This record gives sequence, C-alpha cells and structure tokens, in this order.
Amino acid sequence: MPGSTQIPYRKSSWWKLNQQRLTPWIFLFPGLVLFLVYVIWPIFNSLYISLLQWDGLSPAIYVGFSNYIELLDDEYFYISLINNIKWLIFFMLAVPIGLGLAIFLNQTIFGIRLIKSLFFFPFVISQVVIGIIFAWFYNPRGVIGPFLEAIGLGNYAILADEDFATYGIIFAGIYPQIAYCMILYLTGLNNLNTDQIEAGRMDGAKGLSLFKNIILPQLRPATFLAIVVTVIGSLRSFDMVAIMTQGGPWGSTNVLAYYMFETALSEYGYRMGYGSAIAAVLFTIMMFYILFFIYRMYQSEKKGL
Amino acid sequence: MFPIPIQKRPLINQISYRVLIPISLLIWLIPLIGIMLTSIRGLGDIAQGNLWGVPSEFLLFSNLKDVFQNTPMLSYIMNSFKITIPTMIGAVALSCMTGFALASYRFKANLFIFFTFIAGNFVPFQILMIPVRDLTYQMGLYDTVTGLVLFHVAFQTGFCTLFMRNFIKALPNELFEAARIDGTSEFNIFLKIVLPLTRPAIAALSVLIFTFIWNDFFWATVLIQGHHAMPITAGLKSLNGQWISAYHLLSAGSIMAAIPPVIMFFLMQKHFISGLTLGASKG
Repeated sequence: MPGSTQIPYRKSSWWKLNQQRLTPWIFLFPGLVLFLVYVIWPIFNSLYISLLQWDGLSPAIYVGFSNYIELLDDEYFYISLINNIKWLIFFMLAVPIGLGLAIFLNQTIFGIRLIKSLFFFPFVISQVVIGIIFAWFYNPRGVIGPFLEAIGLGNYAILADEDFATYGIIFAGIYPQIAYCMILYLTGLNNLNTDQIEAGRMDGAKGLSLFKNIILPQLRPATFLAIVVTVIGSLRSFDMVAIMTQGGPWGSTNVLAYYMFETALSEYGYRMGYGSAIAAVLFTIMMFYILFFIYRMYQSEKKGL
Repeated sequence: MFPIPIQKRPLINQISYRVLIPISLLIWLIPLIGIMLTSIRGLGDIAQGNLWGVPSEFLLFSNLKDVFQNTPMLSYIMNSFKITIPTMIGAVALSCMTGFALASYRFKANLFIFFTFIAGNFVPFQILMIPVRDLTYQMGLYDTVTGLVLFHVAFQTGFCTLFMRNFIKALPNELFEAARIDGTSEFNIFLKIVLPLTRPAIAALSVLIFTFIWNDFFWATVLIQGHHAMPITAGLKSLNGQWISAYHLLSAGSIMAAIPPVIMFFLMQKHFISGLTLGASKG
C-alpha cells in the first residue's frame, strides 16, 4: 500500500509531511481540468441546451421539453433511429466474421505476419477514404453498376435507392470494423491456454465442441472488447454517412449522429436546442453501454484491490 | 494451439490453405487495390471502364502533380501533421501524469475519477459538439489548429489515462516502496522510475493517437471552416464534392491521406496492437 508508507523524517517542512497526499492531485490537475472543461461539462451543458430554443447567436429562450415533444412527431428522427438500429444489428456481424478470419489466419506459415497486417489495413485507414472508395464502387459509373450491366442485370446504384442505401453504407462501415475484431481475436487466440486445449483434445473434444466448450470461454475478454468497440463504432457512424450520402436520398440514410449535426450546423438552420435534444437521445442509448462497461471494469477492479 | 497447425494436416489441406490465403487476401483488399490502380490511370481509362486491366498510361506522378498543384493538398497534409503531432505529445504527457496519480496513490476519489475518464471517453461526440464549438469560439480559437488540438488533447486524455493507469498499476510496487524508503521525492519517483518503465505504453499510445487524430473527420468539420487550417480528411471531403467523377485525382488524394497512418502502423505494429487490445496482448 503506497499511501500508507511512512516518509523518513528529515526536515519537518509542511511539504514533506503532506507530499504523499498532495502529489496525486498535482499530477491529476492539468489532465483532469482539461477533461472536465472539454468533455464532462459539455455533456451537462448540452442537456441544458436541449431545453432551449436557440440559433447560437440571438438570446436563447427556455422552452422546457418542447424540443423532445417535437422529436416525437419528427419523421426524420424515426428514420434516423431505425437506421441506428440497423447499424447496430448488422455491425454485430463484424464480431463473428472477425473471429472467423482470426481463426483462419492463426497459423504459422511463411509470411503470415505480413498477411495479418494486410488484413488489418482497412482499420488503419481513415473512414473518409473508405467511404470515398465505396461511394465510387457503388456509383452507377463506378465499379458495381457497370459490372451488373455487363452481366446483363442492368445498372444499379444502391446509394440512390431509398430502401437500400443504408445497407450500402453499413457494408462499407463494417469493413474496417471486421479488421478491428479480427485483431482482437488474433490476440486472444495467441494467449490461449495450451494445456487446457491439449487436455480437451485428449478427452476427445474436437471441432465444434472443442471450440464451444474450451476455446470460446477463453476468448471471453476478446469477445467483450469486440462487442464494446463494435457497439460504440455503430453508434458513432457519422463519417461514412457524411461522405457517402449526407443523409440522402431524402433523408433515408440519416442516423442520429448525422441528423443531429445537420440540424444544429447546416442548412436546416442552426437549431441548437433541437440538435441537442437529438444528441441527448443518442447519449442515453450510449449510456447503457457505458454503464455496462464500467460495471464490468468495476467488478474486476474490486477483485484486483 | 487453436486451430490445429496446418503443418499437421494432410498435404492436400496444406496446399489448399496456402492457395486460399493469397486469394482471400486479394478479395479482402479489392477496395484498396481498386483505389491504387485508379490513382495511376488517366481519365481515358476510367471513362472507358478500364478499371482492373492494365492501365493504358502510367499517370500516377502526373495525377499527384495535378492534385498538389491545383488543390491545397500540401497545406491539408501539413495541417494534419500540425494537429496530430501536438495532440499526440499533449495527450500522452498528460496521461502519464494522470495515469501515475491514479495507479500509485490511494485516495477517496481515485476510482471515481478513473471511471469519469473512462465514461467520458465513450460518450457520443454529438453531445459535446455544441458546447465545445461555443467554447472554442469564445476563446477566439474557432477555425484554428490550436482550438482543434486543445479539444483533441482533452478528449484523448480519457482513453490514454485508462491505458496508462492500467499499465503503471501492473508495474511492481516494490520499486516505488524501495525508492520512498531511500527518501526519493514523489516527483523523482515519477521522473526516474515510472517514466522509463512506461516507455512501451508511451509508444503504444503515441501510434494509436497518431492514427485516431490523423483520421478524425468529425471534429475537423465542427471546429474548422477554412482551408488554411483544414486537415486532410476534411480536405478530401471538400475535394470529393468538387471532383465529381475525377476518380483518378480523388484516388491519388486518398492515397496521400492513407500513407502516414499506414507507415506508422508498419513501423510500430507491435505497439499499435497492444494499444488497441488495451494492453491485453503479451509482447
């Protein structure tokens, strides 16, 4: 216990006596202040702004919950919310696909390190670039459209199709996410307890039963982290939408993150209060996951202490 | 080892595995290969639909020249560095301190502060957007590199603190105890004992933050308006609007945006991965 250590008594200056108690606060000070000002305070400020009618310039008017009441009747809000759910569901596919890829690549053959790194590439590259690439693939004069035309299926541009455009974006978004999950699982597979696996094999466990009963339980930390980052990634889906469709056609690809931005900072006309109300909804959804994550960490902290 | 090493499988499996690996890699990387091929083509090839065949002319350098001469690409790239490097240094430096404070001292608010850092780190950006933009505006830093860096440092400190604190916590406590008994001051414990030992964590965080910030698009959109301070992600987005169907130029620009984080990743792969897995990986 570092906190209880006696400092050898030399000079009985005030600092010498209180050094142990004050040092952590001195070290915390700059980081904590910056974090409180730029991250914690804005959360509460946003929640307050969501009760205002405010264009960012003229004086704000307190309107109570009317922004939230307006949300209930806003068609685009529902479209965005439903799209968020689609993102969440389909993004989850990144976890098993990443696991599959990791198992596929967990071999030691010549050059495998380089191959793993190349598989990981999409995650390192900016989502803006990934978005541009996929938008071009989907473009009627890009890659997929002309290809469909060539094999006689007729040109098709998914991003112009109100009903399917969101899936086109999700597909692009999942691509780097799979790479992320893959790397988490590769690390997990690397840290497996070999003895347990050998013992399982001795007992005749093979294939699926070995995987289910011995491998998967050991991969739990990786699975936990993969799910956490995938959920957060799916709810943060802003970049891809902004690059590929800007919410269109006719708002059909909006997600809460993008719709909020559009409401508060673009042609919809600087509706800060309404935007904040959308952000508050997104925040509430995310809060469940944050609390879940923190609860898990708290449990392991208690064990560690 | 799971799955069973391929070397222990029948020869036919071994051969098919070795064939399958490059094929699947090729399929996996189609989007990236596509953009690389396109960046060396001319407009002619693209108009004719020659996207995957041999380019009729090799125009990579002329495309790049085009991009650099006719757009503020060079300035975008410089801005990206001006934003990324100070953020990296700032967030890592601050989190070494906060991480040390939270890992090696017991005080009442310790866990609470630690969880505040973690929770803040996962918050959706949109809930911060309006107040942060306002704050930056009031400080006279809207549309400046400094304003963006300040926010990035603050936000990334959350993630970095989580990482650093866990890293320092895993260091053997006896080292600090021994130093204290020798009468070393707390500041010297930090400088002379903790900092040298956290070098792997510093490396891991540096590459990660470099990549995160280089690739940031949202905050660059919210806090920057003019080309003078715009990083490459936001710059590409604005070029994307101007160059409808000039895909050879857009590809060349995209590759410029992708190169720095890719190099960073290749140079520091081990650190990068240990950072992403929150230090769960060994080595």
